[in-house]
Amino acid sequence: MGGDLNINHLEFLGHGALWTLGLSAMALIGGGLFGFVLALARIAPARALRWASGGYIQLIQGTPLLVILFLGYFGLAAIGFDLSPLVAAGASLTIYNAAYFGEIWRGCIQSVPKPQWEAAEGLGLSRTQRMFKVILPQAIRIATPPTVGFTVQIIKNTSLASVIGFVELARAGQIINNSLFKPFLIYAIIALIYFAMCYPISRLSRRLERRMALGRAQPIPA
Amino acid sequence: MAINLDFPTVWARWPSFLDGATLTLELALMATVFGGTLGTLCAVGRRSRNSTIASLSGAYVEAIRNTPFLVQIFLVYFGLASLGLKLSAFTVAAMALTINVGAYTTEIMRAGFDAIPRGQIEAAEGLALSRFQVYWHIVLLPAMEKVYPSLTSQFVLMMLASSVCSQISAEELTAVANFIQSDTYRAFETYITIAVIYVVLSLVLRAGFWGLGLVLFPRLRRLGTPL
Repeated sequence: MGGDLNINHLEFLGHGALWTLGLSAMALIGGGLFGFVLALARIAPARALRWASGGYIQLIQGTPLLVILFLGYFGLAAIGFDLSPLVAAGASLTIYNAAYFGEIWRGCIQSVPKPQWEAAEGLGLSRTQRMFKVILPQAIRIATPPTVGFTVQIIKNTSLASVIGFVELARAGQIINNSLFKPFLIYAIIALIYFAMCYPISRLSRRLERRMALGRAQPIPA
Repeated sequence: MAINLDFPTVWARWPSFLDGATLTLELALMATVFGGTLGTLCAVGRRSRNSTIASLSGAYVEAIRNTPFLVQIFLVYFGLASLGLKLSAFTVAAMALTINVGAYTTEIMRAGFDAIPRGQIEAAEGLALSRFQVYWHIVLLPAMEKVYPSLTSQFVLMMLASSVCSQISAEELTAVANFIQSDTYRAFETYITIAVIYVVLSLVLRAGFWGLGLVLFPRLRRLGTPL
């Protein structure tokens, strides 16, 4: 125990930070794809689809990510499905984030004005054509600021993958702390690295939001 | 491959689950009260004319919102220990949750304050209400009413995030589950059980906040319309 923080420790932390980014990318892509399907199912004409996707979202949003991670790693292993920490973390984050993306994007799709649906229908477009050619291109504009904002949550949430032994930034910090025992210094450095990753994205999301608000502002009649 | 599940072994530990769930609720309620108060004060601070107070509150919000709760709780836990303060894991967990949810409350309440029309305050001053009366009846309560739905979802999310407190061995629901699964070797059944308990807890909290909303904002109850 003891000793000073040296370049090797920082390199180890850098390696962990890269894994944090990699895990975030996995969660963003996996959660995004699955969340998109959920968002479409939430507003599907078939009632069974709407109920199933709604139930899934309620269930996942009522469960902590930590419990989903424990279930995916220790729980599945106990009944005979051994997953590596990477697979378990990636799958759990996908399952968790999809529920939030599904709900955020459902709102965005539904906030496209109703006449757009009606006009597209009047032009004789099929439901699929209406969705992909008329509604989604407009919904993407509305969805950009909240999606960028939620990316910050995704990056922060990957820190929980440390509890199943996946060596990302938080776990790398714990390991170094176990040998140096300078918890305050090390966790402060970890916090700074997370801040450096998240703050620019938070700023971007706020800028996008402000731009959207300006675009929506009604001109004042003379 | 046959999967054999044995829920009764796990459910036999129901008194421990109950203790854990109670502690989780206690943590959530403490953080709601203290974090809500802290956040409201900081929201006032962020709009203050005193630029030092305004930028301090801003820095607090940005620092908390852009770092993971797991790292925050470790910093509070080890930070207090290095200052020589020996506090129980429960106290540290409640403090960390308060600091965390306080930052989110600041942002939400600030949006609420921004939504109060200036004319309302001028009208109240014109009616010779005292500074306190203006702040309470014209600014604080209506602002809270406007953002009440976002505020309560944030508090429910915070209750779920309190599972992270198991990492500093505060004996809340997740910590209880970790102990039971290492004792019974029934990890799958244990975590399924607490997942269901968490879903129930979040429904209970939502119902509680809905009821509290009816008490706090009588306009909604009497007229059936929000602000």
